Amino acid sequence: MLTNLIIMNKSWWKILAVLLVLFSIIGGFLFHVPAKPILNESIRNIHFHVPMWFAMIIMLAVSFVYSIKYLNKGHENDDLMAVESANVGIIFGILGLVTGMVWANFTWGEPWSNDPKQNSAAIALLIYMAYLVLRNSMEEEQKRGKISSVYNVFAFPIMVVLLFVLPRMTDSLHPGNGGNPGFNTKDMAPELRPVFYPACLGWILIATWITTLRFRMRKQENLLS
Amino acid sequence: MKKFLLLAILLFVSVSIFAQESTGVDMATELRSSGKIYVVVAVLAVIFLGLAFYLFSIDNRLKKIEKLQK
Repeated sequence: MLTNLIIMNKSWWKILAVLLVLFSIIGGFLFHVPAKPILNESIRNIHFHVPMWFAMIIMLAVSFVYSIKYLNKGHENDDLMAVESANVGIIFGILGLVTGMVWANFTWGEPWSNDPKQNSAAIALLIYMAYLVLRNSMEEEQKRGKISSVYNVFAFPIMVVLLFVLPRMTDSLHPGNGGNPGFNTKDMAPELRPVFYPACLGWILIATWITTLRFRMRKQENLLS
Repeated sequence: MKKFLLLAILLFVSVSIFAQESTGVDMATELRSSGKIYVVVAVLAVIFLGLAFYLFSIDNRLKKIEKLQK
């Protein structure tokens, strides 16, 4: 809990988040990118579309960890943190899905081509939306906390399988599938990396920031009621 | 604060801009040579900075409420 307070009350990482994303906007538009047919300039979307997913996965991982913590110790704050990080994760997931559909419309020819990764991502989002519905269906705090935490602990591994295992078993329009992307240097041109990695870190930090804001708001609401 | 500025400067410096090679693939070379792409970048930067400052202001307001609560 002490480490939480330190992280939340210092603002250096918030400034870092803004600088990183600002850098990715400038670098993402102006730096040289490889010229590829079909993709053309839309290759620059990689600096904006993919970080949404990174932010979502990290926030859902945070949610998973806090749910386990809640089940272990039963502190109400852990439950609040689990919900709020899941909330923000879902928002970033929706942004990832919509930006992907816009991009796909102009490169793959249609917004939804039933690509295995598209379908998996949609299912994963539905699973997490069910988590929120489940939570809101219960009035009593302890019961709500426990049942939704157990659900959340199962939802996370399913999301990981849906996004990282199943799409790789078949052919996908997404790059990095049908193989082992961690060991493949051809999946992303090296010149994209100096912008791509800062963009991912920046958006993860922004998502964390919004989560802490929502968490603190929720705490104040609880104190009032 | 100094550390951030240093980090930001290093980030910007570390990435060099390569010259556009001529390939058969259509890229926005004209948009860049006429300089208009910078307008779009500037607009996006303004929007993002505006939202970032808004987040900071929400953060500060919450801090005030938290202080009042104590």
